[in-house]
Amino acid sequence: MGLERGYRARPGEWIAEKLIFLVSLTAMVMIFLIFVFVTREALPILLGRMSSAATLETAVIPPSQMDSLSSEALRQYLGLTPAEFAGKDRETLELLMELKQEIAAEAPEDKDATVNTAAWRYLLFPYQWTGYDHPVYIWQPVSAIHKYNIVPLIVGSLKTTLVALLFAVPLALAAALYVSQLASPRLKEWIKPAIELLAGIPSVVLGFFGLIVMATFLQNVFGYASRLNALVAGIALGLAALPVIFSIAEDALTSVPRTYTEAALALGSSRWQAAWQIVLPAAVPGVFAAVALGFGRAIGETMVVLMASGNASILSWSLFDSTRTITATIAAELAETVFGGHHYRILFLLGAVLFAVTFLANLAGDLVIQRLKKRLEGKRS
Amino acid sequence: MTQTNRRSIALALALALLVGVGPALAGNLTVKGSDTLVILAQKWAEMYMQQNSNTKIQVTGGGTGTGFAALQNQTTDLCNASRKIRAKEIEACVKAFGKRPTEYKVALDGLSVYVHESNPIAQLSIEELEGIFTAKIRNWKEIGGKDQPIVLYSRENSSGTYEFFKEHVLKGKDFASSAQTLQGTAQVLQAVAGEPKGIGYGGAAYGAGAKHIKVSKEKGGAAVEPSEETVVAGTYPIWRYLYIYVNPALDKGEVAAYLNWIRSDAGQNVVKDIGYFPLPKQLRQ
Repeated sequence: MGLERGYRARPGEWIAEKLIFLVSLTAMVMIFLIFVFVTREALPILLGRMSSAATLETAVIPPSQMDSLSSEALRQYLGLTPAEFAGKDRETLELLMELKQEIAAEAPEDKDATVNTAAWRYLLFPYQWTGYDHPVYIWQPVSAIHKYNIVPLIVGSLKTTLVALLFAVPLALAAALYVSQLASPRLKEWIKPAIELLAGIPSVVLGFFGLIVMATFLQNVFGYASRLNALVAGIALGLAALPVIFSIAEDALTSVPRTYTEAALALGSSRWQAAWQIVLPAAVPGVFAAVALGFGRAIGETMVVLMASGNASILSWSLFDSTRTITATIAAELAETVFGGHHYRILFLLGAVLFAVTFLANLAGDLVIQRLKKRLEGKRS
Repeated sequence: MTQTNRRSIALALALALLVGVGPALAGNLTVKGSDTLVILAQKWAEMYMQQNSNTKIQVTGGGTGTGFAALQNQTTDLCNASRKIRAKEIEACVKAFGKRPTEYKVALDGLSVYVHESNPIAQLSIEELEGIFTAKIRNWKEIGGKDQPIVLYSRENSSGTYEFFKEHVLKGKDFASSAQTLQGTAQVLQAVAGEPKGIGYGGAAYGAGAKHIKVSKEKGGAAVEPSEETVVAGTYPIWRYLYIYVNPALDKGEVAAYLNWIRSDAGQNVVKDIGYFPLPKQLRQ
């Protein structure tokens, strides 16, 4: 309302203000709409209202017995609405009866054929499918029996993100501490933009770099079997998360009042002691926020993991196994799913899970930044 | 320029009047479906539009399942498919337009199994391939190779190639979860070419870089090398038809002419350039 100073605001300014307000509102509305859309698509799975069973248990009636059925029974057997049923001639109805037989003949003969694999129990817990000798967590959505266990994907995402953070956090924090506290102003002018430029590298380029250069190099160093794995993807992902963590951590460290350092130096500490023992502890909430935002960036990144992780949906915590993340799964599979089908909805469920996780991470980061600000401004004890 | 344009419009109008406002969908065709077929379908459309400048053909991919869904909703004229239509999908079509969709075979596709050039294995049976890709066989020495683990390369499960290999070689069993999934046949070839322990699969017409393995139907049977003759003759065991499905009510005029052209020698010559195999002569018309 600052524009209403004086007798009256100029009309041009008033319009500009309202426009800016609208633009900022759009961002919020978009986030809300995206969230509504994603959850709406996933809702039937969330509520367990969707069935992915390969066969239904109703008995097949041969077409020759069509006349023995009442028209109402026939309508229900064929699964038609009254309006659809009225529009069909006898020939079409016979054809539909034949098709029921064909569907029954085509159905897989499997003890699991009647299982609704999209139920929560099968999404989260191991199950012994036909042909397996023990209960397994398995993601095989394109199959006679659709197997939708999402645990390997969640573990895959967490695993690569963890590697990324283990790689990026120490590097980014050390760089931030150096740039904000120890570096000479001239050096700082070079290092800071250079690290922030890393954020400008398209993730597809990082993925390509991981796929071609890092994968070969790391395989030569560690000598593991599968060339693309969680380690390669995690480190490439770390490169993507590093600038995010760096810039926020650097801001947090810089915003610690200069008086803290000066007081420490006056009491006889070295510059290093002041940075490590005084400034860093004071900025811990901001540093935590940086890590949380870096986590959000890493777990939501798609292209890097799609290219560099090998995309095998193995449930294992070993870093040297190929791994499949939630984001890569959505990117690779959504294009081919039937719109509104169970596979489609489960991918949206995965999207909703991811949305919730990144939202919580960002929210946590944000709240902590607020706290830091208040603390440093002395509004809180 | 404008004059010739005007003249050609006038000419087209006159022609349209002569023909009597033309067939049902005068000159506008939509084709949707399999991603395996999309490049071939685009090439066909391009060639056909060059020869018949008043026909417009729009080709989109999205996958075989998506294509069938569009056929049911009658939002596409032709549906490309890399597998046969399922009874459930026929049922949905019958509910929507009262007829079974008509099926046309339009090309052949063979899948090769690749290994690294240095791999001493030259032939495998379908049964052994099943064992390898379901991780029952985990070491090359079990099938007469070196003592080293097998590294599996597979395709993304949205690919028609993946489904086909799963159905025909794995008999519907699941791929081992240790199989790495790559985005294209070229990537599989590249990965296998650089991995002495690797094995992968992809289009038979794809080029060099890795060794194409001979495949036999049964263990100890005659192993056949993938090539145009063996795929077309059906002696190479891993092959399939590629299809186009159409609503029979639309199968006339422009649509029928286009389908005939695809199955003619002119259309089938395109197939080879793209990397699939042409239909044998007796299936063309």
